[in-house]
Amino acid sequence: MPRMTIRTPPGRTLTPVAPRRTETDPLVLQPGTIAPGRARPAAPLRREGPAKLTGEAKYADDLVFPGAWYGATIRSTDAHARFDGIDLDPALDWSAIAVVTAADIPGENIVSLVSDDQPVLVPVGGEIQHQAEPLVLLAAADRETLRHARRGVTIRSTPLSPVFDPRLSDHVFAHFDIASGDLERGFAEADLVIEGEYRVGHQEQLYIENNAMIAVPREDGGVAVHGSLQCPYYIHKALKRALRLTDEQARVVQAETGGGFGGKEEYPSIIALHAALLARKTGKPVRMIYDRHEDLSATTKRHPAIVSHRTGVKADGTLVAQEIDVVMDGGAYCTLTPVVLSRGAIHAGGPYRCPNVRIRARATRTNTPPNGAFRGFGAPQVEFAAEVQIGRIADALGMSPLDIRRRNLYRVGDETPTGQVLRESVAAEEVLERAAEAAEFEGVRTRTERARARRAGSGSVPGSPLRTGADRTASGIGLALAWHGAGFTGSGEVKLASVASVELGADGRIRVLTASTEMGQGTKTIFPQLVAAELGVAVDDVDIAPQDTALVPDSGPTVASRTAMVVGGLLIKAARRLREVVEERNGGRPFADVHRADAAAHGPTRIDQQFEPYPHVHFDDETYRGDAYPAFGWAACVVSVSVDLDSGEVTVRDVVAADDVGRVIHPVLAEGQVEGGTLQAIGYATIEEIKLRDGRYLNDRLATYIIPTSLDAPRITTLLVEAPFSGAPHGAKGVGELPMDVGAPAVVAAIRDATGVWIHELPASPERILAALGVTAEPPGQAPAADTVRAALDEPIEAGTDPRPDAPTDPQPMRGPRDPGEPS
Amino acid sequence: MTTQHITLTVNGEARDADVEPRLLLVHLLRDVFGLTGTHIGCDTSNCGACTIHVNGQSAKSCTMLAVQADGAEVRTIEGMVAGTELHPLQQAFWDQHGLQCGFCTPGMIMQAAWLLDQNPQPSEAEIRAGISGNLCRCTGYVNIVKAIQQAAGELQASASAPAAAGEAVAAEA
Ligand code: FES
Ligand code: FES
Repeated sequence: MPRMTIRTPPGRTLTPVAPRRTETDPLVLQPGTIAPGRARPAAPLRREGPAKLTGEAKYADDLVFPGAWYGATIRSTDAHARFDGIDLDPALDWSAIAVVTAADIPGENIVSLVSDDQPVLVPVGGEIQHQAEPLVLLAAADRETLRHARRGVTIRSTPLSPVFDPRLSDHVFAHFDIASGDLERGFAEADLVIEGEYRVGHQEQLYIENNAMIAVPREDGGVAVHGSLQCPYYIHKALKRALRLTDEQARVVQAETGGGFGGKEEYPSIIALHAALLARKTGKPVRMIYDRHEDLSATTKRHPAIVSHRTGVKADGTLVAQEIDVVMDGGAYCTLTPVVLSRGAIHAGGPYRCPNVRIRARATRTNTPPNGAFRGFGAPQVEFAAEVQIGRIADALGMSPLDIRRRNLYRVGDETPTGQVLRESVAAEEVLERAAEAAEFEGVRTRTERARARRAGSGSVPGSPLRTGADRTASGIGLALAWHGAGFTGSGEVKLASVASVELGADGRIRVLTASTEMGQGTKTIFPQLVAAELGVAVDDVDIAPQDTALVPDSGPTVASRTAMVVGGLLIKAARRLREVVEERNGGRPFADVHRADAAAHGPTRIDQQFEPYPHVHFDDETYRGDAYPAFGWAACVVSVSVDLDSGEVTVRDVVAADDVGRVIHPVLAEGQVEGGTLQAIGYATIEEIKLRDGRYLNDRLATYIIPTSLDAPRITTLLVEAPFSGAPHGAKGVGELPMDVGAPAVVAAIRDATGVWIHELPASPERILAALGVTAEPPGQAPAADTVRAALDEPIEAGTDPRPDAPTDPQPMRGPRDPGEPS
Repeated sequence: MTTQHITLTVNGEARDADVEPRLLLVHLLRDVFGLTGTHIGCDTSNCGACTIHVNGQSAKSCTMLAVQADGAEVRTIEGMVAGTELHPLQQAFWDQHGLQCGFCTPGMIMQAAWLLDQNPQPSEAEIRAGISGNLCRCTGYVNIVKAIQQAAGELQASASAPAAAGEAVAAEA
C-alpha cells in the first residue's frame, strides 16, 4: 500500500532557508497600509443571478440527455473485509442491466489524487476499507428496473478486524514535525504550564445540492462528464488515468453548482469515474445523481482531530513554550489528508508569537469513509484547540481574553514556527481591536461576569434543581482570533503553474477564460469586475467562458480561497498585457476607445498568463522551513450567547466578525462569505455532529444531521479589514475560509463566560455542557483520556490559578510549572 | 403498473398526465413537465428546496404525491416571472445578494411569497420563523432576510399604488 510520510528532524540543527531581508525589501509596505475597510465601491449584482432566481439555471440533475440511463453504486456494508465476490439473483433478467466491476476498468484502478491508494472499485479478492466503499456499479434505462437490480446483487466478503481509533492506527498517511527555539528552555522559563486535550468530530459540508454527475459517451471513444464540481481538471486527470483517455477524449463541464465548501473538491472525481465506466459499458449517457442519504453516508467530511496542548507562559501572559500534538483521522484513504494535515500543523499554535515551539502532527487511516476538503482545511480543528487553550491560560492568570491576545498576537517582523518572518500584511491586532470595540466586548463582559458571580453567590449554582426564571438563562460573550494562510501551502502554487486567459474576441467583446468554478462565492461576478477595471471598460463588456476543459485553461482548483487572490491576480496581469498590446497597436489610445476597432482590424487577441512565483517567498518542502504561505489572512470574532443552564441549550445571539481579506473586491460578496462561513462555524460549534457505530455514520440523513436554520442564525455584523498583500496585483488574500476558523472557539469562549466551564470537545452540545456543569455524568466515550486525568490529578492544582470561583468543573485540570528536569 | 390520469393547472396552464400513484409531485414537475426550477435537496422533507404553492398554500412538493395534486392549482418558481419582469421577491433577492449558489433560492422565494401573502408586513422574527423550514447553507440567512424585507416594502407600496409595479429587468441570457 503506497503511503506518504513526510518527516522533518526537529530542533535547531536546521538552517532556516528563509531569505535575508533588508530595509529596501520591496515587500515591506509602509505603515498605515492596513485599512479598516474602504468606502464601498459600487458592487455589481451577481452575474448569474437572474438564471438562478427564475429556475432557469441548470444544475446537474436539471440537464436532459435523451436516452440517458440511471446509474447506482453498490457499496460495502463491512468496515474492513476481503471482497470475495458478487452473486447476481438468477431470477432477474440481467440483459437490461449494465453491471460494472473493477475488471471493466480499462486503465489504472485508482482515483488520481495526492496518493494513488484509493481504487475506483474494489476488485474481487481486494480489501474493503470502509462501510461505504464502492464495489459494483449498475445502470438501467429506468429507475424502476434499477431499483430491482440493486436488490438482486449480493456481496460476498470475509470480515477483517477494523481500526476506528486514529491514535491506534499504524498506517500513517502523513506526519509533520515543526520546531523552533528550545522547548525545554522555554518550559524552564515558564511561570505556569497548562495542558489541555481538545477534540473535534466530523463535519459535513452539506451543500444543499447533492453530488451529481452525468457521463456522455463521445464518438472518439472518450467521455464528457457534466456535473456539480469545484475542480474540472482534477476530474479530467482522473478520467484520463482510469479510462486511458487522451486530453481531448476526456472532457469535463461544470453544471451550475449548488454549493461546494470543499465537499466537491475531490469526491466528484469518483462519481465521474463511476458514471463514465457505466457510459462506456452501455454506450448511453448515464446519470449518477446522489440522494441526500447516499451523499451523507459516502462522501468526504471534515477530519476529526485530537489536539493536545502543553503551554508555558510567563506570569504576565507572554507565551514562552508551546508543545502541540495533532492527530487527525484520515478515514480509509489518503484523499487530500497530507495537505489538510500540513495546514493544520502550520496553524496549530494560533496567531501568536512564541519563541519555543514544537508541533507534531500525524494523520492515520481508520476504517471509516475517507475525510477530505472542507472550508478551513485543517485549520478550524487546530485553531479551536489553540483558542480554547489561550482562553484557559488567560483564566489561569486572571487576564482578560483581550489582553492575553494583545500581548502575544503576531505583528510585522515576528517569526512563525516554520521560520517565516511576517514581513507585511499582518492585521491580527486590527481585526481583534475592531471586533472587540464594535461588540463592546469589555463592557459586556464586565456585566456577564457580575451576573455569574451573583448566580454563584445566590446559591443558584449550575445544576441546582431550584433555579428558576432569570437565573436559568446565563448570558456570555466570547472572543477568538485566527490566522489563515492565503492560497496553497508552501510551493503548491509554483508546482501548479496555473494559467488564466483574457481574450479580446473578433466581435470586440472581452472574454475571461479560467477553470475556476462558481459555486455561489461569486467567481463569475468578481472576475469580470477585475478585468473591466484593468481595461477601463464596462463590467458588462466582459464575458466569462464556461468551465469546460475543452475551452478553458487549467487555472488550478477552486479551493484554498485562492480564486480571488491567485487567479484574480493572473487575470489582472493578463488584462494589463492585453491592454498594452492593443494600445500599442493603436497609437497609445486608451483600450476602451479602440478595442472594438482593433478587434475588427486584427481579429481575436488572447493573452495567457501563467503563475509566476511570488518574489521573496521561499519554502522548503523537505525541512518544512520558510514561508509556508505568501501571506496570511486574519480574523477575529466576538460571539454573544445565552445558555439554558437546565437544558444545556445554547442560543447564539450576536456575532461581530472582523476579517482581513487583503483587498475587498466586492464588499457584499465578501460579507456574504463571512456570513455564510460564520453560520457554518456556529453549526460546527453547537449542533453538527456525526455519530458513528462500527465505522458507519448513524445520522446519515438530513433529518438527523442538522444544520442551522434561520431561527438558529444570529445577527451577524461583518467588518472587512484590508491589509493588502503586495505579491498580488490587487492585494487580495481571499476570504472564504477565515470565518470558519474563528467562529467555534468564540462560541465556546462565550459558553465559558456564561457558565464558567470550558467545553473541550465540539460540538458544545447540551449533553456536553450539562456534563461539564456537573448536572449529568460525562457522556459515554467523551471523557478525557483516563491517563491524562490521572497524570494531572497526581499533581495538585496550583492554588490561585483560577480566579473564577464558579469555574471548578473544567474537566482538564491546570497544572503548575513542571520541574525542568522532568521528562515530558 | 397501473396509472392514474390527473389534470391540474401549473403556472396558469392546464396540464394533464398519466402517473403512477406513487409518483411524487416534485418528480411530476421536474421529470414529466420539465420544470426543473423546483429542486430536490433531501429525502426527508427537511430542506425546503422543493417548495411550491398548491392552491395558494406553500407545500414541499417532495411530501406530496402527484395524484394529490389532481385538480389543484400549482405555482412554481417558473410562474413567478411576469414576461421579462422579475417578481419583486426575485428582484429583491438579486438586489440584496440573498443568494449564493442559488440552489435553495427557488424554494426560499416560494416560501417567502407565501409568507408575504399571509403577513404582508412581517417583523424580522416573523420572517425568520416563516422561512425556518427552508435551509440555506451559503448565506447565513442575513441577506435572505433583507431581501424579503425589501420585497415586503415594495409589494406594500405597489399594493397602495397599483400603477407603479416595479421596474422591468430583463433576465440575462
Ligand atoms: S427535497 Fe428537501 S424538503 Fe423536499
Ligand atoms: S444560496 Fe446556496 S444554499 Fe442558499
